[in-house]
Amino acid sequence: MRHPIIGESVPRKEGLAKVTGKAIYTDDVTFPDMLYGATVRSQIARGKIRAIHFDPAMPWDEFVVVTAKDIPGKNCITLLEDDQPCLAADIVNHPEEPIVLLAHKDKYLVEEARRSVRIEIDPLPAIFTMEDSLASKEVIWRTNNIFKSLSVDKGDVDAAWATADKIIEGEYETGAQEQLYIEPQGMIATANPNDGVTVWGSLQCPYYIHKALSALLGLPADKIRVVQLETGGGFGGKEEYPSMIAAHASLLAWKSGKPVKIVYDRAEDMAATTKRHPSRTRHRTAVTRDGKLLAMDIDFTLDGGAYLTLSPVVLSRGTIHAAGPYNCPNVRIRSRVAATNAPPHGAFRGFGAPQSVFALERQLDQVAKAVGLTPDEFRRRNFIRKGQTLAVGQIVHEEIDMSELLERALKLSDYNAKRERFARENPGRSVKRGIGFASFLHGAGFTGSGEEYLASIADVEATPEGRVRVYAASTEMGQGTNTIFSQIAADALGLDYADIEVMQPDTAQVPNSGPTVASRTCMIVGKLVETAAIGIKQSLQQHKFLQEGYDRQAFVAACRRYHDEVGPLRATSRYSPPPNIHWDEHLYRGDAYGAYGWAVYVAEVSVDTATYETRVEDFVAVQEVGRVINPVLAAGQVEGGVAQGIGFALYEKVVWQEGRMINNQMTNYIMPTSMDLPPIRVYFEELPYARGPAGAKGIGELPLDGTAPAIINAIENATGICIRRIPMTPEDLMAALEATREKAIA
Amino acid sequence: MRSFIPAYEMQTPQSLTAALDILSGEPGVWRPFAGGTDLMVLLEAGKLAHRRYLNIWNLAELRGIESASRHISLGALTTYTDVRRNATLQREFPLLCRAAAETGGVATQNRGTLGGNIANASPAADTPPALLVYDAELEMLSSRGSRRIPYHGFHIGYKKMDVRPDEIVGRIFLPRGRTGWKSYYRKVGTRRAQAISKVCFAGAVHFDGATVNDVRIAVGSVAPTVVRASQTETLLRGKPLDPTTIAAARDTFAKEIAPIDDIRSTAHYRKVVALNLLEEFLTTTGA
Amino acid sequence: MPDAPLPDAKSPAAKSPAASGKISIHCRVNGRDETLCDYPMARLLDTLREKLRLTGIKEGCGEGECGACSVELNGKLVNSCLIPIAQVEGAEIRTIEGVATQGQLNAVQQAFISYGGAQCGICTPGMVLAAVNLLEQNNHPTETEIRAALAGNLCRCTGYMKIFEAILRACDRTEVHS
Repeated sequence: MRHPIIGESVPRKEGLAKVTGKAIYTDDVTFPDMLYGATVRSQIARGKIRAIHFDPAMPWDEFVVVTAKDIPGKNCITLLEDDQPCLAADIVNHPEEPIVLLAHKDKYLVEEARRSVRIEIDPLPAIFTMEDSLASKEVIWRTNNIFKSLSVDKGDVDAAWATADKIIEGEYETGAQEQLYIEPQGMIATANPNDGVTVWGSLQCPYYIHKALSALLGLPADKIRVVQLETGGGFGGKEEYPSMIAAHASLLAWKSGKPVKIVYDRAEDMAATTKRHPSRTRHRTAVTRDGKLLAMDIDFTLDGGAYLTLSPVVLSRGTIHAAGPYNCPNVRIRSRVAATNAPPHGAFRGFGAPQSVFALERQLDQVAKAVGLTPDEFRRRNFIRKGQTLAVGQIVHEEIDMSELLERALKLSDYNAKRERFARENPGRSVKRGIGFASFLHGAGFTGSGEEYLASIADVEATPEGRVRVYAASTEMGQGTNTIFSQIAADALGLDYADIEVMQPDTAQVPNSGPTVASRTCMIVGKLVETAAIGIKQSLQQHKFLQEGYDRQAFVAACRRYHDEVGPLRATSRYSPPPNIHWDEHLYRGDAYGAYGWAVYVAEVSVDTATYETRVEDFVAVQEVGRVINPVLAAGQVEGGVAQGIGFALYEKVVWQEGRMINNQMTNYIMPTSMDLPPIRVYFEELPYARGPAGAKGIGELPLDGTAPAIINAIENATGICIRRIPMTPEDLMAALEATREKAIA
Repeated sequence: MRSFIPAYEMQTPQSLTAALDILSGEPGVWRPFAGGTDLMVLLEAGKLAHRRYLNIWNLAELRGIESASRHISLGALTTYTDVRRNATLQREFPLLCRAAAETGGVATQNRGTLGGNIANASPAADTPPALLVYDAELEMLSSRGSRRIPYHGFHIGYKKMDVRPDEIVGRIFLPRGRTGWKSYYRKVGTRRAQAISKVCFAGAVHFDGATVNDVRIAVGSVAPTVVRASQTETLLRGKPLDPTTIAAARDTFAKEIAPIDDIRSTAHYRKVVALNLLEEFLTTTGA
Repeated sequence: MPDAPLPDAKSPAAKSPAASGKISIHCRVNGRDETLCDYPMARLLDTLREKLRLTGIKEGCGEGECGACSVELNGKLVNSCLIPIAQVEGAEIRTIEGVATQGQLNAVQQAFISYGGAQCGICTPGMVLAAVNLLEQNNHPTETEIRAALAGNLCRCTGYMKIFEAILRACDRTEVHS
């Protein structure tokens, strides 16, 4: 009996190439006659383009120059809407907005040329804060600066205030965060009128690019081809932005007839591409004196930057996650995402939920304090259970026991003993210790009917030699797509891991299994792979080429026979929604997600009161994520996600000046090094989800939701200071401590 | 890469004499280039205005750590790694080893040099505070000869130094012979490694019982140049280490520094933390 | 869109900016004698990647912060984005491509595969080289020593945990190629 490999930490499929330096990323590729492209951008936040000057000292006749006028189709990067231009034509709406494209075969000269184009822009008044945008101090987008607003209502919040024993209010903010994949963004395009356009690049969603190029170039689908190369990290930062670079490279290739490579340097990547949406959340919470939640009134605002891009979906996820894994009879959520004159904000792991969950988990620690309960006792009295409804009205069908998860996390982190010890030892010490936690959930897959709308497809094929090939648009970017698809297909077919090949995501050869986002790759697309693999087996069995209990040799023989007698052997699996999932997009109620991951994270910190530096000393991450396909990969996802969450909480501050990120260098945008991170201890529980492959759910984004609030809760435990805003730098902590001292004296 | 690389020149003199001849023959035209850890960052960012560089990396005369009875001398091209690995420096000049260990990561330490750190004159540099605490002297070399100057006073203003257009830093001298001193070094950066300092404090103190016999205090990132806190030192000499003295030292120290707001931190934070580090220095060494 | 005077006619003043000549540098790279021909202040990173097609070396930041461009220069770990080629005359250089010898993976490489030390892989060449360099000097480092040695190699994917584990496990193998 063959030993199943789901649940085993088989080594990464492309690991050998990666450890030997043989993996091929975009900047490693060159074509004969290739040109290097560069983008000339707006230096100011908003204005009318008056003139473009080309310094006569440059040999411009050697260059390819592209402006908006060269765009054959529609001047836009089509996504949810078409408001974002590919190249600004008359008006610019954010610093770094692309205006002119240049290409030359000498990469040094094209950079010199970039500096030799001067764009005159007459400034227009610009908006830089959510507050100014909401107040319509200036209308910079459509009629009122609002990209999207949402309402969620459960029960009757207003009636609940009257019966409350305590009402607690709080306001919380999160800043922008840069994805900081170590491989900067890049694309290579080739184009000619016969074949159309092909782009190769660092990307998460080949079909997003495909769709965008089709509209931009006015070409039919079969004249556009998008190929993913090895991608050095994405985290959402390469979800939508690559369409912009692909568009730029394509236009230059189209005009010149030569291959064009555009690779951003770090400074350009940080300044011009997307970041996590900044947020502001206002909570008003009503509780009984014994700490039962009566009502939550949540007002949630995101800063979307200058164009709509994905903001409505980020808002959606943030809104749906805003009330957490708690049983609260009355909930009102009002949310909106507003335009500002900054480069558009975009997808970053968590996608709205880290913002709203930060606010919630901070707020609930305040609420616990107000009713004299410990943070954990308060959660225990309010955790949602099977049969109860989440804020959007979704009935929880999973057997999840959050109290048990909490108990396990507290035990593993020695929470109670440490809390008692720190309280005893902190007075008189200059380095204070604290411990705190966050409890949260994260929905996997697209919201509501999103997966149905995507209508994802994956194929599995068996060659005459019995080699099995998986065709899906899901991209590997380190999270383990190639590996888990291989494990899933291998177990579905009873073959070896080495027998499975995951085909390169190339729109010429893979069907559209949807974007590699939303923690959907394993749960949704993995299931399609599983089903398609089973489809191969069924085809062979239907023809009686394969018997029960076959071995690998028999499989190979059956494939040969099938090819000789029937034809190509390929199975297609199309997404079909679970029958009992109903989501009402208008009322914003119903079953938001097919499945959730559930977690409790505990952070232990030390705070040096001489320097105000906070260090995370220990971190425990306990989560229930359905069946774990590959423990090492899954733990790696959590560890990496927690590291990004630590950055979100304590280090990664974007410094803005009139809509531009001015600390756009790795020297000044601070992510944690190997010396800054604690041991990150990861534990899984598994409640198999029937509709996931082998029972798996999603995992990729979950860690970003709970890490930051756990840390800030721990800092409050250590210092007594209530921090409501992240990232919290030592300067911020010092300011908060001083403000508290002043208040105490006053 | 935001500079036009073809416009930059680098020549490699085969000896120190040849290098100094070039510097005196065309003063200001060729600038010395050692490990490149500062200059190359500027080049990448398109901010390296000067175009012609003299590669001094291979000049053996500028390397080597030598012990004499009265001092240790370090060639200007001594790297941070060289400093960290030297047993004599670990024993007698531990603050310098601490500073070297906190500069960048291993790759930076293998290429960054003391001479470069001094000549680049960033107020946030990590080794200058340690060098000042140790009363370092510099030997400035030119084709005219050499001159020896105290490092204290070498930095005249922001990126302004007591160096002539035909001179380079040749060697750094650290006087030996201090016994019974306690030392303290603390760099506060944006993170634990690979960080430009927000405050960088070096201190050494010699006690006679509970009384401060002698003391040296130097701090970086709180003024246009590295600061030797002479007035604070004067105040402390001969005083017992008690709360009154510490409070007075804090007050004087506050007047010797002039931190600013910048992209990494604020003037207020730097001031508060610098004063806290002074206090931590005094209380931990005095204990 | 204003009419940009798109410069299709060659302006009389137009010429490429003044360029210095290229130089030839002789060095050994991964055990082979090589002649590198490039501008004197071309970055070693670019010359190795473009002229020798050693694309295992990566550019992550261009400022010496991330370590993705790490190579060994005369046995010392350095950031190749910060080294002008004029300074590597006569030098001995090792890149990631020179770590596995005769198709045999180094213990660190094997451990990275076995224990999840690589995710997206872009930091991996530099990280492996930094680890190999460490083990050549200290063949049984503590986790604290590993953290310090790797502080100049940034990883965004892993949170470093499995990198530390891979290196600790690689030490259990007695053979480390030098």
